[in-house]
Amino acid sequence: MEQMALYPLDWLEERSGLVGGVRYFLFRKVPGDTNWFHTLGSATLTAFLVQLVTGVILAMYYKPGTNTAHASIDHIQHDVTLGWLVRGMHKWGASVFIILMFLHMGRVFLFGAYKYPRELNWIIGVLLLATGLFEGLTGYLLPFDQTAYWASVVAININGTAPFVGPYLASLLRGGAEIGPDTLSRFYSLHMLLVPGALIGLITLHLYLVVRLGVSSPPWSDEAAGDPREPEPPTARAGLVQTRPRGASLRGRPTE
Amino acid sequence: MEDPRGDTERHQPPPSLWPVGFAVGIVCLLVGLVVSWAVAAVGAALAAVFGFLWARDVVGHRSVELPAPAPDEPAPDAPAVPAQAGGAAMPPTQPGERYPRSVFLENATLGLGAVIGVVVTVPAVGFAVLPAFLKQHQHEADLGPITDFPEGQFIVATFIRDPSQGDITRRTAYIRNNGLLKGVPSFTCISNRCAHVGCPVQPGGPVFDNKKQTVKTKNGDVTLTPVLPAAGFICPCHGGSYDQEGNRIAGPPVRGLDRYEFLIRDGHLVLGNLYSVAKVTGTGANAKITTVELHGPGQHVDGPEAWLYPLQPPH
Repeated sequence: MEQMALYPLDWLEERSGLVGGVRYFLFRKVPGDTNWFHTLGSATLTAFLVQLVTGVILAMYYKPGTNTAHASIDHIQHDVTLGWLVRGMHKWGASVFIILMFLHMGRVFLFGAYKYPRELNWIIGVLLLATGLFEGLTGYLLPFDQTAYWASVVAININGTAPFVGPYLASLLRGGAEIGPDTLSRFYSLHMLLVPGALIGLITLHLYLVVRLGVSSPPWSDEAAGDPREPEPPTARAGLVQTRPRGASLRGRPTE
Repeated sequence: MEDPRGDTERHQPPPSLWPVGFAVGIVCLLVGLVVSWAVAAVGAALAAVFGFLWARDVVGHRSVELPAPAPDEPAPDAPAVPAQAGGAAMPPTQPGERYPRSVFLENATLGLGAVIGVVVTVPAVGFAVLPAFLKQHQHEADLGPITDFPEGQFIVATFIRDPSQGDITRRTAYIRNNGLLKGVPSFTCISNRCAHVGCPVQPGGPVFDNKKQTVKTKNGDVTLTPVLPAAGFICPCHGGSYDQEGNRIAGPPVRGLDRYEFLIRDGHLVLGNLYSVAKVTGTGANAKITTVELHGPGQHVDGPEAWLYPLQPPH
């Protein structure tokens, strides 16, 4: 029975190595005193994935265009089956994503997990924060009701007050000198294509560094992370799926 | 730092005039930004050319050599050695040869790749960026016969500036007929866009909706509603207050309300371009308005902060 379940995995592993990679990611070593605070990063990632999926579904019904946008949101909310649920998840999920991102940032800062060798990861995190906030900004205009319109007017004008380049930045965001149909199309393209692409790329880099550099201990830890551990006992399993995580890499370093 | 060629004295580039040309180019570029685009283009070209020549001088004409053959390589005048023998697959550099073919081919490939990249990327980026700045103009708004504007009375006029774009170009202006100034009709046409962050400014007084009228013009429907802004104009977002001439009285706005240029054509009041206002002294027909180019909300037009916004994109 177990053989039947394992056979496809072995087939895949022999031809790609992917299963071993997933095992390596899931079963990598972390310090013994990690706690619930360390889950905030994964929680942020989950919120982002929820936004991705609900966003794709919403995009199947949303009609960008100054005359059609609000009506399409109405349609999603009232007519489409479970549209109210998907739209609600996306709307509230955006706030959840931002809040979790800030909490995660606070956790990393207070735990000192930005210090050597994780400085680059912190920088990528800052970029993720800015990009995530910009995703929220562009998404806010899309329902095109009064709140959306005036909030975007104010946000674009605030950008316009930056010294020297401000007026040009505002024109670039608006797609012209005045808010118009170009603004909505521009924000939709940014929200759907450019910014999620940037977010996915940055998150991939962020996760790669986390796996490569390891998780650091909390500041109150009295064990130095990276102490040697007994090797995992091999499990009796047939097939070519590796039972040991490959490579040791840098485990979590002490924070001081 | 020791010279990698092993010389012990530092090699300085000989004196040259390239930096002078580069500086002249930069100056022309900056002056041209203010005066004319042709001068700016000439300046940019000068700066690029002389900058490149200067940088090349500074980096120095270092000879580019192949990596030295492996130490157990046979004598350098041996014929070409196949790669498996453990050395370079080409004849080692003869003394005097400074730019071997392999390096040229490598650089040519990279250069060609860069050219292709630029040819593909620049138009695409131009398409993304330039339309926000080109072909920008404001549309006229025909507000109907001037007989609809009783003298001395403020009227709230909502109109569609660009009928082809529809309702999203709906704007509001506060219009007052000031009578005649030297025989010519004088109007005060104040924009309702707050100079703080752009919220719609409301009249500080009763709006007589029961006297609203709708006029059909070539801009579509224009609604005219009499209003008595006794307290001037107040912005509901953050409390910016303006007087009846649009001067800022209180609150976070950095300047007064913008105004519309206007003209009378065939007895109709026609609004033209928006412009920003530094100061208005006097009232009504005798108002003296210090006008500046249209600025976005939150941008100062006078005082030291005005230096932060020297250039405006096309409107």
